[in-house]
Amino acid sequence: MLQPIKIQGTDDTPKVILDPTPGNPIFEISGRSLPEDVVAFYEPILEWLDEYTGEPLEKTIFDFKLEYFNTASSKLLLDVLLKLEDMYDDGHDVLVRWHYPEDDEDMEEAGEEYADIVEVPFEQVSYEVD
Amino acid sequence: MDKILKDSKKSLEFVYDFYLKMKKNNINLAYEGEITHQITKAFTSLTENNMIRDEDYSSVQKKVFHVMVECLQNISKHADNQFNFVSSKDGRGIFLVSKDEAEYNVTTGNVVKNEKIDELNKMLEHINQLDRVNLNILYKQKIKEGRLSEKGGAGLGFIDIARKTGQKLVYSFVKIDEEKSFFVLTSTISRLKDAK
Repeated sequence: MLQPIKIQGTDDTPKVILDPTPGNPIFEISGRSLPEDVVAFYEPILEWLDEYTGEPLEKTIFDFKLEYFNTASSKLLLDVLLKLEDMYDDGHDVLVRWHYPEDDEDMEEAGEEYADIVEVPFEQVSYEVD
Repeated sequence: MDKILKDSKKSLEFVYDFYLKMKKNNINLAYEGEITHQITKAFTSLTENNMIRDEDYSSVQKKVFHVMVECLQNISKHADNQFNFVSSKDGRGIFLVSKDEAEYNVTTGNVVKNEKIDELNKMLEHINQLDRVNLNILYKQKIKEGRLSEKGGAGLGFIDIARKTGQKLVYSFVKIDEEKSFFVLTSTISRLKDAK
């Protein structure tokens, strides 16, 4: 099995979990994304997904729960979504869940925008913030 | 000895004058120098803390944070550094944050080559002509077609600032000499809750 990726979040990089363990798979990018070197940060994630695409689980649910991302990250996030689109195109079951704070219109809109661009089942999920 | 005293008095006067000017223009943060990732983190977190203290709306806080990050990254990636006679990978420039009752202003200034002005000017003019819907269309188009430029810049920054703030970008180019100019850009964020 592909080794899981688990990256702790920091104040400028998101938490990333890519864990295809059957029974309890987690695919998640959450927190803040404004890395100093955005390409270097996302490259291993994209490479991992390339490998995963070859032999994915029966169903892949990918959660995005970002508080903030800069425009440089926005392209790399699109690249991640395009990998999921490829998987879906190949006939695999894929669902993207885009979580946004209920009072954050910009983050909600960002999700709508991505949903427009990529052809993959896409769910918007709002959550309460305290 | 007299001259030294006189000089130091002058410099004290300058500091006081500078202080008064900052107060008068409601400037909370002023910086000139290299814009590194560390600087970006320090300034955004400082401003964030001030906004929390001043109880700005969270939507306003997010917009200010966003505009600051994009502006600082513009300098860090696109300022023309070779005129500073330092070989640094990070751009240099001036960075100001001011605020009054109604709004925040984030201003950047940096040196650019004259040959780049035309393109930059066209881009900014174009963005300023678009309404929110068309800014969104342009953003989507850019994000789809554009791979990252070699510097990791996205060209998306200006578009995103315009649509998130709902305000026109205010900018100018001040000619320094035949080779270069000083590019100043101000973004305004309303402190009202649902200002778009």
